[in-house]
Amino acid sequence: MKRVGEVQSSNYLLAKFQDLVDWAVNSSRANSLWPMPFGTACCAIEFMATAASRYDFARFGMERQAFSPRQADVLICAGRLPFKLAPVIRRIYDQMPQPKWVISMGACASTGGIFDNYAMVQGIDTIVPVDVYVPGCPPRPEGLLYGILLLHKKIKGESLFDAVRRREEQPLDDKGLRLAPETIDEISEPFGNSIHQFRSS
Amino acid sequence: MIPGAVREAVARDGERVVYIARDRLLEAMTWLKNTPGQEFNYLVDVTAVEFRDRERPIEVVYFLRSLERRADIRIKVELHAADDLAVESVWGLWHGADWLEREVFDMFGITFRGHPDLRRILMWETYAEGYPLRKSFPLRGRFSRAEQVRQALNANPEAHYSLEELSIAEAGGDLPEDMRDRLRRGERGMIPEPPTPPPSPASP
Repeated sequence: MKRVGEVQSSNYLLAKFQDLVDWAVNSSRANSLWPMPFGTACCAIEFMATAASRYDFARFGMERQAFSPRQADVLICAGRLPFKLAPVIRRIYDQMPQPKWVISMGACASTGGIFDNYAMVQGIDTIVPVDVYVPGCPPRPEGLLYGILLLHKKIKGESLFDAVRRREEQPLDDKGLRLAPETIDEISEPFGNSIHQFRSS
Repeated sequence: MIPGAVREAVARDGERVVYIARDRLLEAMTWLKNTPGQEFNYLVDVTAVEFRDRERPIEVVYFLRSLERRADIRIKVELHAADDLAVESVWGLWHGADWLEREVFDMFGITFRGHPDLRRILMWETYAEGYPLRKSFPLRGRFSRAEQVRQALNANPEAHYSLEELSIAEAGGDLPEDMRDRLRRGERGMIPEPPTPPPSPASP
């Protein structure tokens, strides 16, 4: 697909038109994100603070919190995710209509955090694709708002017409894994002080 | 008390701790609950302790309280890992022991004989890595992270609910058809056949 800068005027006009469509679609999507809160731990408290009147993420178009995944755009996983909840969040994610985005809020959702043990998923990106990781333990509401604004930026960079920039979900394989097993092992590898603990074989 | 049942009784920090012989546990517990002057009618908690010293036995700990007398007592039963890890269930005395003993079974692998429904409660039922609070259990589990993720994702989150657990077993016949189908597909779900209605008396 030819982009802006091609010499032929018809392509130039087409590209301009596509940019206009992308701008309209992406602005609509970014400014009316409906969040699906998936709060499992203390990050959910900060999430509630973000939703409440002092910080109020309704200012950014997230007025309606969809507690049904079928009417949601962005899944916000706030808190640690035990393995027992892994099929639940996967099912919620599968039920959301496209286009859909995921914000991983806090250290535990992003990496497992301090819970480097037998019961906890080491980062929800091994379960669902994640767009924005918000660090913190828990993040302050400003942090989550910054993550939401980053997601806006990301959405506004997508394009309906460019296969590279267009967001396409990879179908999940039937074994249940979203990533290759080596990748999961690698990104779940402990770091920092925890490498001195003995590791399962 | 029951002769021969108490192996040791100590008082630490003003709290009474009584060690009971394993095969006399149920007898002693019955005595503690029913004897006037004891009346420990509330089972606060059941848990277990495994010590780092491999020679020390695993202890199953019962916290009892008498609501009327406002008195507490702690009962301990020692289990040697070489023997089978099993004690009598106290579910017949305190029904509240149901989930407490299930948790001890889930985390330590201690069997409670006579428990009506002894299965895992915190980990999912197909969890195959062992008993997480045992000292021989690696902190991060026995399987690789990828295998753990795969097994977790293949678990059916609805499979653990049966009609009995949902306390609607007797309503099985009145459930909507799609709900009956969903419950029937669960691993443990068993739909009882609706009771046949009694033959209606012939109208006069």
